[in-house]
Amino acid sequence: MQTEILPYIVEPRKDTGLYNAKVGIWLFLASEVMLFGALFSSYILLRVGAAEGTWPHHLLNIPLGTINTLVLICSSVTVVMSWASLKLNQWSKYKFYQAITILCALIFLGIKSFEYTDKFTHYEVVLKNGTSMTGHVEGSPLFLNLNKLKAAKTESIGFHPDAHASGHAEGAKGEAGGHGEGMKIATADITKLECFGPWHSTYLAIYFTLTGLHALHVFAGACVIFAIWGPLAGLWKKDPERYTNRVEVSGLFWHFVDLVWIFLFPVLYLL
Amino acid sequence: MQPTTKESHHAAEAHEEHHHEELGFLRKYIFSTDHKVIGIQYGITGLAFLFFGFCLMLLMRWQIAYPGRSIPFFGPLLERMLGSDVAGGGVMSANLYNSFGAMHGTIMVFLAIVPLAFAAFGNYVVPLMIGAPDMAFPRVNMASYQSYVLGSIIMVVSFFIPGGAAQAGWTSYSPLATSIDTNGQTFWLIGMIFLITSSLLGAVNFIATIIQLRAPGMTWMRLPFFVWAQFVTAFLLLLAFPPLEAAGVMQLMDKVAHTSFFLPTGLSVSGQIAPISGGGSPLLWQHLFWFLGHPEVYVLILPAMGIVCEIIANNTRKPIWGYKSLVYSVLAIGFISFIVWAHHMYLTGMGTKISTFFQTTTMIISIPSVIILTCMFISLWGGSIRFNTPMLFVLAFLPMFGIGGLTGLPLGFNFSDIHLHDTYYVIAHFHYVVAPGTIFALFGGVYYWFPKITGRMMNEWWGKVHFWLSLVFINLVFQPMFAQGMAGMLRRMSDGGVNYSMAQNQGGVIGGLSDAMIHLNVTVSHAAWALGLAQLPFIINFFWSIKNGRKVTSDNPWESTTLEWQTPTPPPHGNFAHAPQVFRGPYEYSVPGKPRDFTLQNEA
Amino acid sequence: MSHDAHDIQKSVRRYLIVFGALLVGTILTVAVNAVNFHSIAITVAVALFIATIKAFLVAGYFMHLIDEKKMIYGILASTGFFFIGLMWLTIWAMHDFPTLAK
Ligand code: HEM
Ligand SMILES: [Cu+2]
Repeated sequence: MQTEILPYIVEPRKDTGLYNAKVGIWLFLASEVMLFGALFSSYILLRVGAAEGTWPHHLLNIPLGTINTLVLICSSVTVVMSWASLKLNQWSKYKFYQAITILCALIFLGIKSFEYTDKFTHYEVVLKNGTSMTGHVEGSPLFLNLNKLKAAKTESIGFHPDAHASGHAEGAKGEAGGHGEGMKIATADITKLECFGPWHSTYLAIYFTLTGLHALHVFAGACVIFAIWGPLAGLWKKDPERYTNRVEVSGLFWHFVDLVWIFLFPVLYLL
Repeated sequence: MQPTTKESHHAAEAHEEHHHEELGFLRKYIFSTDHKVIGIQYGITGLAFLFFGFCLMLLMRWQIAYPGRSIPFFGPLLERMLGSDVAGGGVMSANLYNSFGAMHGTIMVFLAIVPLAFAAFGNYVVPLMIGAPDMAFPRVNMASYQSYVLGSIIMVVSFFIPGGAAQAGWTSYSPLATSIDTNGQTFWLIGMIFLITSSLLGAVNFIATIIQLRAPGMTWMRLPFFVWAQFVTAFLLLLAFPPLEAAGVMQLMDKVAHTSFFLPTGLSVSGQIAPISGGGSPLLWQHLFWFLGHPEVYVLILPAMGIVCEIIANNTRKPIWGYKSLVYSVLAIGFISFIVWAHHMYLTGMGTKISTFFQTTTMIISIPSVIILTCMFISLWGGSIRFNTPMLFVLAFLPMFGIGGLTGLPLGFNFSDIHLHDTYYVIAHFHYVVAPGTIFALFGGVYYWFPKITGRMMNEWWGKVHFWLSLVFINLVFQPMFAQGMAGMLRRMSDGGVNYSMAQNQGGVIGGLSDAMIHLNVTVSHAAWALGLAQLPFIINFFWSIKNGRKVTSDNPWESTTLEWQTPTPPPHGNFAHAPQVFRGPYEYSVPGKPRDFTLQNEA
Repeated sequence: MSHDAHDIQKSVRRYLIVFGALLVGTILTVAVNAVNFHSIAITVAVALFIATIKAFLVAGYFMHLIDEKKMIYGILASTGFFFIGLMWLTIWAMHDFPTLAK
């Protein structure tokens, strides 16, 4: 009831040709450009500034990343199709497309959390004699480290080193049978035990920060789209144009999130 | 077209009845979406934080003047509240000094001035000035205020956690910020994220409102300068804050997830190699911080300039001289302010080329600032000036901002900054800009718009007392700091530079601080406390006048031309009794041939 | 609203074409990455080039930037300006430091 007094909620203002929310969302996206832009700049600086040969390559699972890219692209097209359906007055088509969008968002987040878990169960271990290995700890514990081992008075751990000597095994591939022989390592022999979390290297730090922030955006966008799709759908009957505008505005946000990923994927997974 | 006072009151009452019934207390005053209520909420909260931040400094001034001595009366209080390890025997420990210093800066900039200058005045006045019924997104507006409150609560709570509030200055340079052993920094970062969110939501709202909701006939070149200033300010916030948010997230990761974004390889903390992966860059933080930091100083000053312009036009009864130059200057400032930031970093080992670049842009940006100031000065020429309280504050703003701006030039040249950087000279410079500058303009604004908001005038006589005392003492506070700074006294020293001066004087080393310089600390501190007392007339006047001030007899007591005075007093929900239509520019005072010396913007 | 029903139908076709292009672009990015260019610069350039094209497609067609209003262009242009300023000046500053004269 408060908002009724405002003009240009639905019909565009003459001189700008825009309705209020459209100006609003573009301004918001402008600030988002600066947010991710600053993180991208930081990425470049950290990478260029990294000591020779310390920047890891292909630490991530490319097939999974590709699938996620495709998933997001699909969701982007369904978002725009759903908006077009509303414009054509096809309510059930809208419902259908937007349902796929939400599904895509869930798949994306599911794959992402699988990738995260994979990193949190992938370890680097350094022994007293100086050898350093990467691999998996028996029982796939999350976030294990030396202090926790000692605190739990664990005598030794079972360790499955990665097959590739490069030490950059990709989790899923490793799972598929690339593991070398399992071995037993005594806690007393270990000087460092660390999973591939953000603290492990600058690359992982920026990877988790960028993708984490992006995932938050995916989550938020999906929530908004869902809210408009479900609980707030009543507006369609009362004020179809306003409803369509809402779908458009939430769609603009969604496309932006997709757009960010289009850059994140090659930058983090491939290069 | 022009509604007479009586008419508008009637219309207001009719209007009121429409909306009155459904709004309970909560919806009306706490969770309101009305831009005026939100403006007032921001105003009250902002003033409270201004006072709080000021009090922190008043306590610190004791430690600077009398290092190591127990603070009378407040010392034991601090000890009781914060523990004897930080304020044992009522003496301010170095850690506490650092906390207070960092929080003074943070509170003043992010919790007081920005909310007051931008959010409070902007929210209340901008929609009225452009003839809009409300902000474009009322609920976003409410969210912005709530986010601000949440951020402030987190900041305040951090004083009471073990280890105390953040201690690395309002600039929070890494690796210091993340190495200090307190979670205060974590609170600071989370608080900042809320504050930044609040500003971003506000900025989106302001820009959209100004673009979309101008009344018919209110073309861009008919906007009051205040609106232009707010418009540019909103853009600065919108585009400069996100990089700091990004930096804040990264520093938070450094602090909480033990990453090394800003921590270099081989970092040693307390003599031990830190257990980190390394590979980060401390300078990256500084770049991202100052990318916000410099635009931020214009966020602090531009709204003030807007207020000054309105009050000058109104009280000289003359059009502002050079309206177009003002508009283009403020736009130029907006653009250039994004490419000067590294003048805060001359001493970080930047090369000569990049230093020269930033030095050049810094000099260029001072030109539009000078143009604005010059326009204001020339606007005074030949006016029959009304010396009321708002005008006095605004008149003082002009030379005070002049001093602040001119003393910025030696800081902008990299060769002279080598000597002045991180000394009290810098403190004096920017305080001249923000204290007798921005804050004076804000006081002027409070006295000026008070009658619109409350329907009553503030007391003129006490207003003048407030003004003259503030003017004298604020100069006594900041003027000596120029001397101290040039003599080499560093800022952020928990003992007021005493140790430094003794160490340096051994063997007559050049550069030691003379006793006279150290003694100025005492002078400054006394002036600061006196300045604190000088605010009492304002505080009392403010609250007293809300209930007992002289009632205004017209909706337009200052006989102003702009639209905000064409609403009923105080403006009801929806603001205007009749949607206004604009026919002319904002400053048509003393137009020859008109019956009155002011011609309303909505006068056909 | 019927005046744009036809337009919308036309756009729908366009969306599907763009969709196809984006899928192809993604596959291409991955495929090209498997090629060894013997130069990091070229590898990076190619990947970012494809990404930029994809971004243009999304922004241009899905977000309708191809025919948006002047006001929006203005906002985005200034954002682009400041973003480039941030990136370029920071990188420049971090790589220009004083060296000892020989
Ligand atoms: C008009 C031209 C101005 C110039 C040339 C200028 C120049 C500078 C420079 C070069 C510094 C860094 C000094 C150092 O750390 O060594 C500085 C500091 C500062 N200036 Fe200005 N300034 C100007 C106007 C302003 C304005 C309008 C404000 C804000 C209201 C402002 C607020 C500040 C603040 C807050 C700092 C201190 C930052 C810190 O904590 O280190 N300045 N100024
Ligand atoms: Cu600056």
